[in-house]
This record gives sequence, C-alpha cells and structure tokens, in this order.
Amino acid sequence: MASDALILSLDPLVVAVVLAMALITFLTKVGGIWLVRRFELSDRLEAGLTVLPGAIVIAVIGPELAAGGPAEWAAGGAVLLVMWRTESILLALCTGVLAVVAFRMAF
Amino acid sequence: MEFDPETDEYADSEADGRRSERTSRRADGREDAAADVTPATAEPNTASTTATPTAENEATATEIAAGATETDTAVTFDRDGLRAGFLKTIPVALGVGGYGIAFGILADQAGLSVAEAALMSATVVAGASQIVAVELWADPLPIAAVLVTTFAINLRYSLMGAALQPWFKRLSATKVYGSLFVMADENWALTMRSLKSNTGYGAFLLGSGIAVWLAWVGATIVGTVAGGVVGDPTTYGFDFILTAVFLALTAELWEGQSSLLPWTVSLATALITAELVPGRWYILLGGLAAATVEVIRRGE
Repeated sequence: MASDALILSLDPLVVAVVLAMALITFLTKVGGIWLVRRFELSDRLEAGLTVLPGAIVIAVIGPELAAGGPAEWAAGGAVLLVMWRTESILLALCTGVLAVVAFRMAF
Repeated sequence: MEFDPETDEYADSEADGRRSERTSRRADGREDAAADVTPATAEPNTASTTATPTAENEATATEIAAGATETDTAVTFDRDGLRAGFLKTIPVALGVGGYGIAFGILADQAGLSVAEAALMSATVVAGASQIVAVELWADPLPIAAVLVTTFAINLRYSLMGAALQPWFKRLSATKVYGSLFVMADENWALTMRSLKSNTGYGAFLLGSGIAVWLAWVGATIVGTVAGGVVGDPTTYGFDFILTAVFLALTAELWEGQSSLLPWTVSLATALITAELVPGRWYILLGGLAAATVEVIRRGE
C-alpha cells in the first residue's frame, strides 16, 4: 500500500483533511491568548495566568512519570539533580536520555 | 463575570499604587503599531543585561518574573531573541527529530505519501496529535474522528498560549499569532524558561519554533522515506526527552511556598483525570484547576 504511493502524490481528500487539522490546531494554539488579549483581565485572573506555566508543566509530567517505571523515575531524579547542580538544560537533557536508556537496560 | 468592568475596577482600586501605570500600559497595548515600535527601539542589550538574574538579586528577579504582569519588563521582538531561541533549542530539536522519524514511519505505514506526511508536519506542527491521527488513518478516512481527536489533543495549547500573555501583551497580533503557529510543547517550555528569567526575548518562541519546525519536517521526510529502517524511538530514549525538558523546567519554575498550592492542585487533578479520561485532557484540566484555585485564593 505504502510502496504503491508515489512519493509526491497528493490525494485531494488527504490534503483537505490535513489542512483542516492544521486549521483546528492553529485555532487551539491561538484561542487562549486571543481570549485573554480581547478582554481586560482583573488582577485575580492575571494571577491565575501566572501560575499556569508551572501548573501545566506539572500536569504534563505527573501522569507521564506515573505511567513510567523505576527506569523513568530514576532518570527523572537524575535530570532534577543535574538541573539543580548545574542549571544547564542541555546537560540535564543529555543525562536524562542516557540515564533512561541505561536504566531500562539495567532494570 | 470576571470581565465585568465593575469587577475589574474594584480589583484595580485594591492595587491602587499600580493603577495609573496599568491603565497607561493598557492604552499602549491597544495601539498595536505604537506598542510595537516602542519596545523594539529600546536597547535590547541593556534590557537583557539588567534583567539577567544574578546570585544576589535572585529572589527579586524571581519575584519580578512571577509578577511579570505588574512589572514593565521590556519585551522586545528582535533578532537577538530570534537567534537565542533558535540556538538554545537545537539540542531539543534533535530529540524532536527523533520523534519526527517515528511519525514519518507511522505515516508511511498508514499509507500517506512523503508529500502528504511532510505537508501535515509543516502545517499542523503538533506531534502528539499527528501521531494519533495517522494511527486513526484508514480507508475510508474517518474524517470526523481525526478532526475531533486533533482538537481534543491540542486544546491544551490554548492554555499554554494564554500563559504567554503577560510577556506578549505589547507585541502585535501578527507577531503573537505568527509565533504561536510554530509553538509545540518543547519550545513553549524553553520560551517560558527564557521569559521567566527576564530576558525580554519576545521573538524567542518564533526562533525556537523555527528550530523545532525544521527538525520536525525534515525528520518526517526522512522517516517516511526510510520507512522501517530506523527502529523504535524508545531504544534511544527519545521518548523521554519531553519529560526531561519539562522536569528540568520545574526546577526553574518553582517559586517557593507560593507554588506549592497550585502545583499540588494541578498534580492531583492531572493524575485523577489521566486515570479516568482518555487522551490528553489531564493537561488542560490540571492547569485550569490550578489557575482557578489561584484566582479564588487571590479573592480572599
């Protein structure tokens, strides 16, 4: 099936669905800020906005780590440790990826 | 209700000291063109050096970053920010590339041509939703399922975008919405890191988004062409990159005691939602719950 498809072939229906996906995704990306730019925000709402970054980050990694196992938890600990000691995101990232590969082989 | 001018006025009069400043900046924000020119002409170097947190004033800097809505951090949209965003994202973009290859392989297996898969990566620019979409791909195409799932998975971006508003309020609509087109989880996280440390790089998101976009589209093409030659991304730990970036970010976003309540609320909500509801609703609900609790707490 895949090998039959020409590399550059563009099915009109597929293109239409892909562009619809693109439009929907763009609307989700801009929707929130469009809303808060349009209305004057009270101090309370702005305070709510300022806790969002940390809250979103926690909401992303919480279930992600909960779904993982000892290898991911140990690698996560390594990331935090390196980040805390060096404050280098690159170093923390490399440590995390190497650690998760190593721990997955070990555990 | 909260948008009611009366409520707003009341909230402002509480913070009487800042009222005039806030009002004047609102007037600025309304004038997109004027607001654009002003920060752009400010000296970016001065702004970034004075705003860089040092060991001594770290606490102050964190406070300023936390209350960025109240401070007048000069957020500029210039080449420095664009370049910083691009360069700082390259290592992360390599990881995104690993995922792009995986997406390309899946797209190829689903029957998409290289051109179709590349078009999707270039225009949608949202990894998780694309991977799920090609997993749903069948003949005939389940159009409604694909589109509804795309919306559900990506709705979290609304919240992420809204979180940028304290820094983006003085940028023009074109710059804001143009930057958001290339926003993905990874470069949003790096952008937050930059803005929180008061670099004032308004173009960071665009620069980092371009790096992610190039890696994502390029890797999609490689993955679709190479097919099954490259194996499972978990072999190389690529699947852990997003978690690692976000974990590293927690170390920077922690603002002491005041973070404890919203973070706990977000974590609990996300864990419970992830158990009960399929998909990625847990991110949206976790963030919303934390923001709601914070709004209530401020009202007391």
